[in-house]
Amino acid sequence: MSQPLEPTTPTTAREWPLWEVFVRSRRGLNHQHVGSLHAPDAAMALRNARDVYTRRSEGVSLWVVPATAIVASSPDEKDSFFDPAGDKAYRHPTFYEIPAEAQHL
Amino acid sequence: MTTTMTARATYALRLGDDALVLSHRLGEWVTNAPQLEEDVALANIGLDLLGQARTLLTYAGEVEGDGRSEDDLAYLRDERDFLNVHLVELPNDDFAVTIVRQLLFSTYQLALYDGLTTSTDETLAGVAMKAVKEVAYHRDHATQWVLRLGDGTDESHRRMQAGLERVWPYADELFGTDDVEQSLVPEGVAVDASTLRPGWDAYVDRVLAEATLTRPEGLRTPPGGGRRGIHTESLGYLLAEMQHLHRAHPGAQW
Repeated sequence: MSQPLEPTTPTTAREWPLWEVFVRSRRGLNHQHVGSLHAPDAAMALRNARDVYTRRSEGVSLWVVPATAIVASSPDEKDSFFDPAGDKAYRHPTFYEIPAEAQHL
Repeated sequence: MTTTMTARATYALRLGDDALVLSHRLGEWVTNAPQLEEDVALANIGLDLLGQARTLLTYAGEVEGDGRSEDDLAYLRDERDFLNVHLVELPNDDFAVTIVRQLLFSTYQLALYDGLTTSTDETLAGVAMKAVKEVAYHRDHATQWVLRLGDGTDESHRRMQAGLERVWPYADELFGTDDVEQSLVPEGVAVDASTLRPGWDAYVDRVLAEATLTRPEGLRTPPGGGRRGIHTESLGYLLAEMQHLHRAHPGAQW
């Protein structure tokens, strides 16, 4: 399939930019990606995220990131990126004996 | 029933009706707001207000002592028995009208509830303590939009100024006080609404200035009467829609 050489026309000024939303559900956990939304700027994106993604008490902290700031791996590179790790079972720390006295490992 | 109890029921009904009617207006934006995100934001604000209205109407019914439930009060009263201010019943019109109305009302309601957190009436104090956090967010949401649209494009500025001119005359009614309210002030049940004006002016003026909007002149004889059941034409249409299902199917439950 031929790809256009120039990027396609960016979204018109009438459309708000896209933001990716990350929610931390409670203290001590990581922020998790939960979805995306549109907003005119960062402050409104944070408020929209609060309204769209935390209205059922889902979180205690929010991040919003411009979708354009995310660099994603390409599906075309899936084989070379991820397959080589598939047969390296020794990278999983499953060969150690855990002393019975060791708690909470 | 003592006079204070009657006054207390009326007072709770006034606050509850403000919240109920504005909640319905905000609900009308669902599927109609500029963006899905704003649909959800306005619906959230509406649902916060509905929650306040439910507690306040239930309480008004209890204090009144005639056995009327929140549903009886919401669905079976006629226009002349609603005690909300005119500001909350105005049609949504342009988004600018809705968002300016929200700024003016939330700024008032935040100050009012802030005062009611120390009310000697435990129910009113309880509602206020929960609601101040909600309303602080409502005011912030409205403020963010007023700043962006007021100080935005020529078109957004023009529409915001027009929206402001549209709703401004109705702000005075928020700070009207009367015998019902005054009878509850000495014992610390109610807040004297007229005392909220200076703080309201300071906040609203600051937002309008930053949004490059011009504060309109007040009217010599501002409209009013909502607290006595005198309303604008639009409340009847709103109630027809809000009450239709319950009146067509009395006692309907989810």
